[in-house]
Amino acid sequence: MRAEFVASEVGNGLRRNLTMTLAVIITVAVSLSLFGVSLLVRAQVDTMKDFWYDKVEVSIFLCAKGSDTPSCAGGAVTSGQRDQIEADLESLRPLVQDIYYESQAEAFVRFQEQFSSSPIADSVNESALPESFRVKLADPTQYDVVASAFSGRPGIEQVNDQRQVLDKFFQLLGGLQAIALIIAVVMLVVTVLLVANTMRVAAFSRRRETSIMRLVGASNLYIQLPFLLEAAVSAGIGAILAVGGLVLAKSVIIDQVLAPSFQFTSFVGWDAVVGIAPILILVGIGLSGIAAFLTLRKYLRV
Amino acid sequence: MILFDTVTKLYASQTHPALEDVSLEIEKGEFVFLVGPSGSGKSTFLRLVLREERPASGNVWVLGKDLSRLSNWKIPTLRREIGTVFQDFRLLPNKSVFENVAFALEVIGKPKALIKKVVPEVLEVVGLEGKEHRRPDELSGGEQQRVAIARAFVNRPKMLIADEPTGNLDPGTSVGIMKLLDRINRMGTTVVMSTHDAQIVDQMRRRVIELENGHVVRDQSRGVYGYVR
Repeated sequence: MRAEFVASEVGNGLRRNLTMTLAVIITVAVSLSLFGVSLLVRAQVDTMKDFWYDKVEVSIFLCAKGSDTPSCAGGAVTSGQRDQIEADLESLRPLVQDIYYESQAEAFVRFQEQFSSSPIADSVNESALPESFRVKLADPTQYDVVASAFSGRPGIEQVNDQRQVLDKFFQLLGGLQAIALIIAVVMLVVTVLLVANTMRVAAFSRRRETSIMRLVGASNLYIQLPFLLEAAVSAGIGAILAVGGLVLAKSVIIDQVLAPSFQFTSFVGWDAVVGIAPILILVGIGLSGIAAFLTLRKYLRV
Repeated sequence: MILFDTVTKLYASQTHPALEDVSLEIEKGEFVFLVGPSGSGKSTFLRLVLREERPASGNVWVLGKDLSRLSNWKIPTLRREIGTVFQDFRLLPNKSVFENVAFALEVIGKPKALIKKVVPEVLEVVGLEGKEHRRPDELSGGEQQRVAIARAFVNRPKMLIADEPTGNLDPGTSVGIMKLLDRINRMGTTVVMSTHDAQIVDQMRRRVIELENGHVVRDQSRGVYGYVR
């Protein structure tokens, strides 16, 4: 096998068929960019889940003066009820990992901090805020156990799971990821069809060469390799462009735009980009190689 | 060299077989003319030898190999032993004479040093020395066919198959091409040539196999083209 000969054939082929080569490069770049974005969004959701699920807690708000849920009909929570609730929570270990009691005074301080720039802070006094147990679960998905044990008990105003709020947000992100993935798959199908057609055109425009190659006894590999490499090279260029796009998205959109404005959460790191890049290159070269191989088998038969 | 054992070839679109019950043998070193009207089965015969077609029944043996048992990946090896020349030359228009001949060696992976050595040699054999850098469109028909013969012969095949090699050439040029093929034959290469050119066949006085409607109707050593034209 003479590498030099094959390389020059590949170069000639790519140049002669420049418009098709560019079309393949662009579709591969666009479809793989979308594919990469959808993978990146998934990595982002995973990162955020790791970050938030560690921090989410179940809040058990106790009745304060003026609470109007039926379980608070007896007025503010009594110390007996409070002790009983705490004892029951303790009995739920090890599912319950940490129990933290927040008094009305502490709730008031936190409220003041959270709304320090808002006029609401001044309109609320300490006795209107409920005291609460903040419970951290060993397994955040076991929220129902806590909810069913405490909801509606006298002295408890409300049982609140922060995770449910987060899950709505993650569902939204998951939806975006699914849309990006669907578009990516459609674009990849387009890419495969385009590569197949490009190979058909290339095989046709070089039918003189290939028929002579067949006659003088060139092996199938020798005849097909330049075509396969052409498909792989243009797909490879497209994939590298897609990786470049992903790097740009990470360094500009995430690091410079999103991260400074949303400091309360963490964002995907470069390790995610490094993990996705080889997948994009493999998928790009693999798909286009398979498409080319299957097409050539039909058009360059012995 | 070539052995046909009751070979029948039927094309899917035709009711009449292209070859029917053909049995014949061509020995090493022979020069054989294949004659007969268009559609008599000459091209089918040559395509069967090259394993571009497979027979419907019967066996084709080429260079000691039973082609019906030859697996697909071994076909290139067979074709490296058989040079082929056509009426329409089949040269690559954007390559020089040298490159056209070198192409046949490049695509079977021969090293560059060998190519540089043997291509000028074979160009000398066919009488094209000094024209290495011409393009096919700068050559006469006879010269183009010489390039094609050089390309077919450069790998020193055991057999040369020529499908109407003089079909596009005037009689004077044809004589030159026949002298060249004769020379190649005398160097030990078996030559099988299909032709419509009665004058050439009559002059050469070699073995003549005449086909008609897919049957061998005449097989003469030192034959002539035929009684009727």
